[in-house]
Amino acid sequence: MALLSMLTQQAEASDAGLWIGAVIGLPLLGFLVNGTLALRRPNAKNAVSVVGSGVLLASFALSVMAISRFLGGGEERVTVSLWPWLTVGSLQIPMGFLLDHLSSVMLLVVTGVGSLIHLFSIGYMKEDPGYARFFAYLNLFVAFMLVLVLGSSFPVMFIGWEGVGLCSYLLIGFWFNDKVNADAGKKAFVVNRIGDFGFLVAMFLLWWSIDSLDFVTAFDKAANLLPYGGATVTAITLFLFLGCAGKSAQIPLYTWLPDAMAGPTPVSALIHAATMVTAGVYLVARTNVLFALAPVSSSVVAGVGALTAFFAATIGLRQYDIKRVLAYSTVSQLGYMFLGVGTGVIVTGMFHLVTHAFFKALLFLGSGSVIHAIHHAYHATHSHDDAQDMRNMGGLRRYLPITAVLMGIATLAIAGIPPFSGFFSKDEILAAAFGRGTQDPMYRLYWALGVAAALLTAFYMARLMAMTFFGENRTGAREREHLHEAPWIMTGPLVVLGLLSLAGGVINLPEFAGGHHWLEGWLEPVAAPGVEIVRSKGPGPVPLPTGQTEQLLLGLAIAIAVAGLVAGWRVTMRSTMVPAREAKPDVGILKVLYHKWYVDELYDAIIVRPIFWLSRSLLWKTVDQGIVDRAGVNGAANVSRALGWLGSRLQTGQVGVYLAVFLVGALYVLGMAVR
Amino acid sequence: MLLGPSLTLSAILFAIGVAGVLIRRNAIVVFMCVELMLNAVNLTFVALSRAHGVDGQVFVFFVMTVAAAEAAVGLAIILAMFRHDQSIDLRQVNLLKG
Repeated sequence: MALLSMLTQQAEASDAGLWIGAVIGLPLLGFLVNGTLALRRPNAKNAVSVVGSGVLLASFALSVMAISRFLGGGEERVTVSLWPWLTVGSLQIPMGFLLDHLSSVMLLVVTGVGSLIHLFSIGYMKEDPGYARFFAYLNLFVAFMLVLVLGSSFPVMFIGWEGVGLCSYLLIGFWFNDKVNADAGKKAFVVNRIGDFGFLVAMFLLWWSIDSLDFVTAFDKAANLLPYGGATVTAITLFLFLGCAGKSAQIPLYTWLPDAMAGPTPVSALIHAATMVTAGVYLVARTNVLFALAPVSSSVVAGVGALTAFFAATIGLRQYDIKRVLAYSTVSQLGYMFLGVGTGVIVTGMFHLVTHAFFKALLFLGSGSVIHAIHHAYHATHSHDDAQDMRNMGGLRRYLPITAVLMGIATLAIAGIPPFSGFFSKDEILAAAFGRGTQDPMYRLYWALGVAAALLTAFYMARLMAMTFFGENRTGAREREHLHEAPWIMTGPLVVLGLLSLAGGVINLPEFAGGHHWLEGWLEPVAAPGVEIVRSKGPGPVPLPTGQTEQLLLGLAIAIAVAGLVAGWRVTMRSTMVPAREAKPDVGILKVLYHKWYVDELYDAIIVRPIFWLSRSLLWKTVDQGIVDRAGVNGAANVSRALGWLGSRLQTGQVGVYLAVFLVGALYVLGMAVR
Repeated sequence: MLLGPSLTLSAILFAIGVAGVLIRRNAIVVFMCVELMLNAVNLTFVALSRAHGVDGQVFVFFVMTVAAAEAAVGLAIILAMFRHDQSIDLRQVNLLKG
């Protein structure tokens, strides 16, 4: 409460500052309370649960009210400046927040889906000794994520950007007693730093070229001052996209995300599927004016997105860890979002971001429910088998009926079966890419990659469902009795997410399905400046397919999705499945896929090892030990020791010698005086 | 008058004292040589006081007082030295050797 009153005092006269301060301040307060409890009363789990998820629910409610209050009447945006933060010469950056139509969408996704995941965590983490610490980190993450989403300038956004990276690191390595988990956290942090470097350089370039880092003024100035397709704006946007590629796990920086599955499953759902990893998509959408000015960068964004969508989907085909399949699926779906925002129609990317948050959070939480059940079964019989390996599952629909149905809904949504939410959002992205292809042939290739990725997506999701919920159970005879559905606190959020996955498409329902693109209308004020630039200076607005072409594309999308599902189902159900410990290793192309195209090994060989070599043999053994230590430190010591030895030769200890020297000195002085 | 011979004698005595201090190894002898140097200086003061007034003679009394104090301290040091290592050979006193 002290924090709130402080924010109140600092806020401007308008009450927008109070609202936004409260929306961000509540999770921060939750972090402080839960952090204190984690240190003082780690077993006060009831208090932690109430505070941890209570602040999120309150924050969600406040967000809804704030949006209807400040944006309900057709206002374009509301900005608040809580206090002056950085003041250096002509650089003035207030701690300012911006609530507009774009940030409101993210705000609802973060607090809404975040609330559901917090509730799920109450059941999932119940028996964990680090319960309070977990909720403290989770609350801190949400607070930083809201700073990222609501920040009104690049530097304020960067606070959140770095903060969520920190929380991601803390939560991936949550069970840090196991070195693998701690290593995964470090990998995520280091890879993200590469991206953050890009973000920083982009900020420097922006400040250097147009003297502004505030979103509203920077975009106004950029549209007027920076030439269309110029080198500066292209460099700025490419560096920004490097930041996005790190945070949102795109080629070439995607390798951290699958390893990030080492964290607890709710973390994978919240941070590594629904919210944090979509920050890059949000950043591209936010800076759509800059990307509209740089067609080359937009093409790079779309191309990298399409390639990532396809490449990650191929790896997802042959993973056995249920969470790894979903991780590669996330990388792949993020690729779709970048394909969407890269075409310049940002609403498609944002739409897929929202629907993906629903169905991927559901898939992760569902997999959490499955892992929870298997883990308990293995725990009860003291077995050491892998609770996340799909080869140890099978037939679980009999034991986890609610989870099975809900994950089925999410599977249909991600595969793109109408009328589930994913169908509409994915179709709009592919339609936009196809339409853009008539202006720039490269986008034809991106579209083709996207379609191929859709086929693979349907395939690996069908495989996941078949291996997990259908066929014979392979968990083990004794373990089978212990399998049971999760408690209501876990299934409840799943049901809500299931409904959202089912019906989430209504927020941007296209005309052919009886809707009127509500989300597109909502985001119109944010997207308009970028569209205007493309219309006046570039190739013109994206010609979205209509009539027969549109119907043809729709038919193709549905056919692809159905074909992928059927193929995945039949291939998986026909293969003989055995528990993980009896399974034979893969051979040929399957082995390459299982080993993720050996990308980690490649990075290890061309980046990690050379750096190790450089650090160890050159910098450590030669420069540090050879030059600094030997010549510098020890050299200085040796020189002074030698001088000291020489000086000590004068000290014979014989009084006569001292007197003789004294006499000589006295005579010399006398002689000089007389002369 | 006898100024020239007096100063000559004084210089000779002083030189003998310096040489003794530098060369001799017996602490008592070195100490006696220091006294010799002091008295050589005293002779100079007295000899010169004929020409320059009684200041020199007054100074001699001061020097004699200091010499007496010095004798007390010096002999005590030599005594302590002998007690320490049964010898007053200065070659063996080299604790300050580097």
